[in-house]
Amino acid sequence: MAPHIELLLQTLIAGILLGGLYALIGLGMALILGVMRIINLAHGDQMMIAMYIAFFGYDLFQIDPYLSIFIAAPALFLLGVGLQKFLITPVLRVESILPHNQVILTVGIGMVLSNLATVFFTSDYRSTPVSYATTAWYLSDYWKDAPIELSLSLPWSVSFVFSVAITALLWFFLGRTDTGRSIRATAQDLDAALLMGVNVQRMRMLTFGIGSALVGAAACLFIPIYYLYPALGKQFTNIAFVITILGGLGSVEGAIVGGVILGIFESLTSTYLGMGWAPAGRFIIFVLVLIFLPGGVASLIKKKRFAK
Amino acid sequence: MTTMKKYFPLIVLGCLAMLPLIGLSDYIMHIIILVLMWSVIGMAWNLLGGYCGQVSFGHAAFFGVGAYSAGILYYHTGITAWWGMPIAVGAALLVALGIGFISLRLRGPYFVLSTLAIGEIFRIFAENLEEYTQGNLGIMIQQRSWVEKAPYFYIILGIAALTFVVVKIVAESKWGYYFVAIREDQDAAESLGINSTLFKTIALSLSGVFTGIAGAFYMNYMGYIDPGIVFALGEISILTVMVVMVGGVATYWGPIVGAVIMVFFSELIRSLPTVGAAHQTLFGILLIVIIIFLPNGIVGDFPKLLRLFGIGRKP
Amino acid sequence: MSLLQVNNVSMFFGGLAAVSNVSFEVKKGEILGVIGPNGAGKTTLFNMVNGFYKPSKGEIFFKGEKISGLRSYQICKRGMARTFQVVKPLQRMSVLDNVIASAFVRTNSKSEAEEIARETIKFTGLTADMSSISKGLPLGKRKKLEITRALATRPELLLLDESCAGLNPSELDESIEIIRKIKEKGITIMVIEHHMKVIMSISDRIVVVNYGQKIADGSPDEIGNNPQVIEAYLGEAHHA
Repeated sequence: MAPHIELLLQTLIAGILLGGLYALIGLGMALILGVMRIINLAHGDQMMIAMYIAFFGYDLFQIDPYLSIFIAAPALFLLGVGLQKFLITPVLRVESILPHNQVILTVGIGMVLSNLATVFFTSDYRSTPVSYATTAWYLSDYWKDAPIELSLSLPWSVSFVFSVAITALLWFFLGRTDTGRSIRATAQDLDAALLMGVNVQRMRMLTFGIGSALVGAAACLFIPIYYLYPALGKQFTNIAFVITILGGLGSVEGAIVGGVILGIFESLTSTYLGMGWAPAGRFIIFVLVLIFLPGGVASLIKKKRFAK
Repeated sequence: MTTMKKYFPLIVLGCLAMLPLIGLSDYIMHIIILVLMWSVIGMAWNLLGGYCGQVSFGHAAFFGVGAYSAGILYYHTGITAWWGMPIAVGAALLVALGIGFISLRLRGPYFVLSTLAIGEIFRIFAENLEEYTQGNLGIMIQQRSWVEKAPYFYIILGIAALTFVVVKIVAESKWGYYFVAIREDQDAAESLGINSTLFKTIALSLSGVFTGIAGAFYMNYMGYIDPGIVFALGEISILTVMVVMVGGVATYWGPIVGAVIMVFFSELIRSLPTVGAAHQTLFGILLIVIIIFLPNGIVGDFPKLLRLFGIGRKP
Repeated sequence: MSLLQVNNVSMFFGGLAAVSNVSFEVKKGEILGVIGPNGAGKTTLFNMVNGFYKPSKGEIFFKGEKISGLRSYQICKRGMARTFQVVKPLQRMSVLDNVIASAFVRTNSKSEAEEIARETIKFTGLTADMSSISKGLPLGKRKKLEITRALATRPELLLLDESCAGLNPSELDESIEIIRKIKEKGITIMVIEHHMKVIMSISDRIVVVNYGQKIADGSPDEIGNNPQVIEAYLGEAHHA
């Protein structure tokens, strides 16, 4: 009995830790979707670029990946603002038959980013073997007679804590600062925001920048515990949009819940079905959510609010 | 319509039909066969995406199902893979109905994402259901039907001509009007008596069936398929979108022009020594440039294209 | 004879009632006006009748058949058409193609649809603009196109949602004239309008809606003298 519970608990813990990180990835995309109604299919590739920044920071300058957040996040912020200003805004202005040009544009951007990475960095797997990579805390160290053994990996935990901290910062920013409120206003009602004097153009650039910075931070949190190769970008894009849809229609709270759910789900599938099924699992959740709960978790939260 | 314009397609068909007689190299014939195949896929996608406005990023699902219809039939029964073509029609139709049921209720970008996800789901299942598909080993045809290119050429030419005719007839009929109405304003269309779900499904089915036929052709022509090739997101689904966007959405000749450009571009770049590895980057840049400057493609935005080169009058 | 019967319909969005407990009927051959201050729920009412929304409560009958819960295209086939307050032309299609697309609901033949289209375009006076792309048309002509499209579906009941808003005086007269001609053809009409003068002059009966509820129902004279109605409108003016 004990080994089963132990496995389950360990899997759940891993899932929650993973979920926290996933939430950070999904948040960026959800924010951009919610405020600008833009689906950024280059999201994961941007994260991949940030991971390379962190990797080279470690490889060439021995900068700890966690510290690289202060390099990667601003760098990605600038990248995001640049993409928004020079590519996305022109596309939105253009008159065309198909309204989905914006999605196609981000596909193009993603292709360029991932291919450039392959050309310049090669497809070799990279990692940052920091000294504490395998450090972990064991339950038995603290509770001598514990019936089960649980371990908590240091880098995973640190990444999780950072992720929560960044999410909290974002929450505070959106909820309490004027700029944050202006961004939320732009998301809710573009015309009303314009009428109230919000500089919508600037808010959009800021949002894309912040969304990119979030994923830049997530990259630094991921690299100590994962390995890096150019095609990873695609995987992260998939994760991001599954979380966005699971969370619902650009909702920030939904993305957080969605990220944790996906993390737990993947952890469970990994343990009980095998690692290879994770990508399939993601897409299947995606399709199931689209069929049965198109509004995502956010719609459930809304229903609860109205029922009060 | 002037007589010239009316007979233009027939003239093109006639010229193409005589190509094998000129004695071009096998390599050039191969390129032309690929162009024709991509024209079929492009025209099929255009019906759903260009005319009906439902942008699919998962057409590899149909292509792969068509290819595997032929492949699985051959591998498990030994019957020639050409019979895969009629089977592909049925298989693609089923897939279209399935995808339609799941995705067509979704609007705009959510539809796009769901098709992308479904395309990938097909690929993953094809990789894992090894009993049926041989997984990543793929399926190989031991003896190809012909050594020369000419027979394959005529087959794909026939399919392309058929697709062109069908698209033209549909676009000019009640169905065509309904597709465009749904694209322009689905709510207005519904209020005018148009069952948008039904017609989107019809567009999806037609689109899927022709793409599936192209897939079955691919199996027979190339002689080898595996999930990473025929269900590929980048090399099939996205390339399809590029073919139509570059060439011209919602036009008859757009997908054909797009196929010519994309195949030539692709082959040209791949053969260049250093730049070859960066061909995806160049594709990406091409896509970005087209999206911003010529969003309706070369055929669709032809006047704009001329203006960019300094020819033609300003509006 | 009652063509349309609306029984106790309500529409809830989240916790908010946009329309509550509204009942009325539309008799065959008449013009029924629907008036009320902005946000009173008039368009929501139309959307329920036309199948755009399913009523949260209540039922709607058309020609004796229950239609609440059917989709718009099914209701259109049964003989009801509508125009939209914010016009929805099929933008990249020409005026003629717009109307051909709507005429197809009654026929499968393109030549027949084109004939119906040309005839209807002549009826509303848009013949000169037949080949123009609808996106480039000025508002007055786009409003006419809305009506033309709806007419091409050969409806028995036509719902007009503010087809006179934003028109200049001569366009307004044309519009009223078209409405009169439509009535002469035997088509029943339900009109939402803000132009008091227009609605008082063309309606046989009027229903007044405020805050999602029906507050009055009667002939133009009765409505004009109804104290509740006056207060609803004056009340609005006072707060302005």
